[in-house]
Amino acid sequence: MTTETVTENVISQSAAAMTPPAPATSKRLVYRHSLPIRLMHWINVISLSLMFFSGLQIFNAHPSLSWGNYNNPDKPLLALDAREDANGNLTGITRIGKHEFNTTGVFGVSKGPDGTPTARGFPSWLTVPGPGWLSMGRQWHFFFAWIFVLNGICYIGYSLAKKHVQRDLWPTKADWRGIGRSIADHVRFRHPHGEEALRYNILQRLAYLIVIFVFGIGIVLMGLAMSPRMDAVLSPIVEFVGGRQAARTIHFIIAWAFVAFVLIHVFEVLISGVFNQLRGMITGYYKVDVEPVSVVKPEPVAVIKETSHD
Amino acid sequence: MTDRRTFLRMAIMGTAGLLVAGCDKISQSSWGPKVLGKAQGLNRRVQALLSPSSAMAKEYTEADISPTFHPNGTTMPDTDEYQALMANNFRDYKLKVTGLVSKPGEFSIDDLKKLDNRTQITRHDCVEGWSAIGKWQGTQLSALLDHVGVDPKARFVVFHCLDNMDVDTPYYESVDIEEARHPQTLLAFNLNDKPLPVSNGAPLRLRVGRQLGYKQAKYIGSIELVDTFAKIGSGNGGYWEDQGYEWYAGI
Repeated sequence: MTTETVTENVISQSAAAMTPPAPATSKRLVYRHSLPIRLMHWINVISLSLMFFSGLQIFNAHPSLSWGNYNNPDKPLLALDAREDANGNLTGITRIGKHEFNTTGVFGVSKGPDGTPTARGFPSWLTVPGPGWLSMGRQWHFFFAWIFVLNGICYIGYSLAKKHVQRDLWPTKADWRGIGRSIADHVRFRHPHGEEALRYNILQRLAYLIVIFVFGIGIVLMGLAMSPRMDAVLSPIVEFVGGRQAARTIHFIIAWAFVAFVLIHVFEVLISGVFNQLRGMITGYYKVDVEPVSVVKPEPVAVIKETSHD
Repeated sequence: MTDRRTFLRMAIMGTAGLLVAGCDKISQSSWGPKVLGKAQGLNRRVQALLSPSSAMAKEYTEADISPTFHPNGTTMPDTDEYQALMANNFRDYKLKVTGLVSKPGEFSIDDLKKLDNRTQITRHDCVEGWSAIGKWQGTQLSALLDHVGVDPKARFVVFHCLDNMDVDTPYYESVDIEEARHPQTLLAFNLNDKPLPVSNGAPLRLRVGRQLGYKQAKYIGSIELVDTFAKIGSGNGGYWEDQGYEWYAGI
């Protein structure tokens, strides 16, 4: 979207003190994220987090994943089991395919509310509610599922109407050509601080498009595919992905893919100027360096037409 | 390094722990579950719009039947009444139909077999997350309802079961008349071409094609047509509903 941006010429103190004749580095505040986008972003943070934690609570009722329409207890893709020895000691076993790992304390067996080892898939500090309580986990999950879906519909509608998707997220030919350089920049943790920072780079564009249109829509569809009532109309999708247990497995995988995205996203925010980024998503204003101009100083422009990236 | 790792782990566990503890407070409050529960009413209404009441659950082929049909909940009712019926291989079993009907009656399995039957291979989805596929043969509940004549005041069909979940707390479940009249709603007496095993609910269990496992009441002793289930059990329409699960088990 095109917004009016207010310029604020900040003289960089250090640069001015060191070399007085050198051109001053100025910074400009850009109104980058509109209010609806900021609101929807933080609503999404809350609903995704609570759906993740309550989802792990639901998973704990049957801490095993299978492919197909029914589950095969002997051949799970993943299982967080508990084994009891003759003395009554519990061992947490994580099974991935044919491989077994002792994960006592975290997966399979972890401390219950009273501090004693308890058989449970994910530990209580990762589930909502903390103790095993499937019916309440479902209440949390479905409540925030509605918020997530309604928020997501608003976001996609708003972003299409305001051409945010078309303009800021859809990669241009130039973006594709720069993919090699963008990857190199990312692995060296190099981030632009000037005007270029206002444009999403190709990796950001691809990440956001995939997260919104593949993960977001995919996880909702796979959630609905687990609903027996919805399956009366969705069974072609259920059978296409490989059955109801396959849909459950994909739902679980996408949930963790969201976690991976959030970790990378937060990491990038931390290394690219955490206060500036946070201010951008809270107040809307984002600060960029203005390239020093050496010879002719242009007239300060009060209002600049700028494509903001919200 | 270990210190930093320990710190990081403590920080993550601490943050997650605080959030979880906050949510636990809400879960145990009087208002929290009521607010969260609003979503469940929305689930029922929106799902009825997206998936009409006439929509059929997918029916599978013989090749899709799961090697085992995991019995959950009660697998051997210990009441004297049930044990006596089981000792005689359920030959003395009679299903009682009571409540808002014009012709209350008792039906043996053979009587039920004379009404409209249906065979279907459908998937059973447990609220815990697992699924199984079985071939069910049973009397269409709609046929039985037609036979006894349903009073127009009746809104729900309640299934009273022969197994006790707790002292003097028999299992029970309920569906509305619309779901009861769905062609795939059966009083099943056969599983995979054999009489229903005790662990799966012999001699008669409910099959509702489009709801979760806890709706599929086993060991049905009697059926009651009611206009409200407020006075049955704790008034929520089923044993698990009385423990906090939703009456609508379509999701």
